[in-house]
Amino acid sequence: MNVQLEQKIAFSILFLCTLLVVVPVLIILVIIFVKGASALSLNFLFEMPTSGMTAGGIFPAILGTLYLVLGAILFAVPLGVLSAIYLVEYSRDNALSRIVKLAIVNLAGVPSVVYGLFGLGIFVLFLGFGASILSGSLTLGIMILPVIITSSREALESVPQSFRIVSLSLGASKWQTIRHSVLPHALPGILTGTILGLGRAAGETAPILFTVAAFYLPKLPQSVFDQTMALPYHLYVISTQVPGIPENVRYGTALVLLMLVLILNLAAIILRYQFRKRKKW
Amino acid sequence: MVETKMTKISIQDLTIHFGNVTALKNLNLDIYSNEIFTIIGPANSGKSSLLQSLNRLNDLNAAYRKSGKIVMDGKDIDDLDVESLRKRVSIVFALPFPLPLSIFDNIAYGPRMHGIKNKTKLIKIVEKGLREAYLWDEVKDRLHTPAMNLSGGQQQRLCIARILAVEPEVIMFDEPTSGLDPISTARVEETMRVLKERYTIILVTNNVAQAARVGDRTAFLLMGELVELDETKQLFTSARDKRTDDYITGKFG
Repeated sequence: MNVQLEQKIAFSILFLCTLLVVVPVLIILVIIFVKGASALSLNFLFEMPTSGMTAGGIFPAILGTLYLVLGAILFAVPLGVLSAIYLVEYSRDNALSRIVKLAIVNLAGVPSVVYGLFGLGIFVLFLGFGASILSGSLTLGIMILPVIITSSREALESVPQSFRIVSLSLGASKWQTIRHSVLPHALPGILTGTILGLGRAAGETAPILFTVAAFYLPKLPQSVFDQTMALPYHLYVISTQVPGIPENVRYGTALVLLMLVLILNLAAIILRYQFRKRKKW
Repeated sequence: MVETKMTKISIQDLTIHFGNVTALKNLNLDIYSNEIFTIIGPANSGKSSLLQSLNRLNDLNAAYRKSGKIVMDGKDIDDLDVESLRKRVSIVFALPFPLPLSIFDNIAYGPRMHGIKNKTKLIKIVEKGLREAYLWDEVKDRLHTPAMNLSGGQQQRLCIARILAVEPEVIMFDEPTSGLDPISTARVEETMRVLKERYTIILVTNNVAQAARVGDRTAFLLMGELVELDETKQLFTSARDKRTDDYITGKFG
């Protein structure tokens, strides 16, 4: 066969496959936007639901999701970043560190509903936190730990070894070296991983199902030991459990959740871009 | 004229292994204060391993094993805490490694780690270091621009200035000019000659002519063993060992 023609066919097939990946994403976005945009208003975003959730807003669910994400981040970021620092900078390559690394990989592969069950067993029942923001945040936090540890490790490992050698050879201690010559250069990468974890925590339904999410609450949560409504679960409830919810409210809720996650991912991308632009080694 | 020679570093029966590989065998030598002690030898002769033992950078390598003693000013360096040892015995690497900071912050890095926070004091230290490394006139107007923008020769002098800022006693140069053009090389060599008035200098070089130009005494290492050590002039005019003669006249290596 003609070489030129062969090449053109190959390119066309590759291009079509790539296009095919984009199509479902676009369709989802368009459908949700078209069906849900009419529900969006300030009232929808900032008011309590009324008339059996068929009218009013979804404010408690938005607020609940923000609380849960914040809680998960407060728990998972320090734990994840500090353990990543240990793994990259301090641990020698031995059986223990290999087991820890293997555990992290496995943690990333656990289905989210299993995290929900785990959270129910540990936080809700055993530790007696009940179904609460605390239990839900901790469960989500454990779920996003692998993302944060892995991205932090990659960020730390990408800092050139010469920075450490130079710092140590000037008489800085190991901790000073990490604090002043490694962490500042790894921070943008760590932040990117954090934001990706944040997006995942915001969107997951299963882990909060057993640990925190409420079907409907007439008032906002008052403390971390209260239950809360949350966007993903609220979406599930109004889509399958309650009859007579207007279609645009359902899609409007999905749109709000989607936008929340997309904004977080976009922030991660912008941050990474800024970082790459500044990087000079 | 009688010169008094004070021993700064005394290396006694030093043997170094990295895993199964022997890098240095039973090395014995003394390095005097305020001299340029030059170490020559082909690749893998243990020159760099020796330097990195003197400030214990080798400790970072898990496979590193050492026997014998290194004594500085009468004290075993293993008894000193490693941070103050590295502050006293500093190293300039073959490649300049500027930190991704401004020129100013690169040089202030060491002093800051050793607890100097006072801004005016830091400014003084930075200027002094840059002047001593003959870089001041070239960079004084752009101290707050990234050090990575400097040329290779300037970066190497920046690294020297950065070391001077922590006020070391011994400065080790590990093939400092291997990546530099002849003019930058001449500058760095000139810097070394001036610095030896106040510091003890150990120079490892692949460039035999450089050893002849700047060294006070020269040691020839081969396969981890000390073949010959003598006044540089003596070594280069009438080496006692044939292997030394072959190496410096370019017959091997």
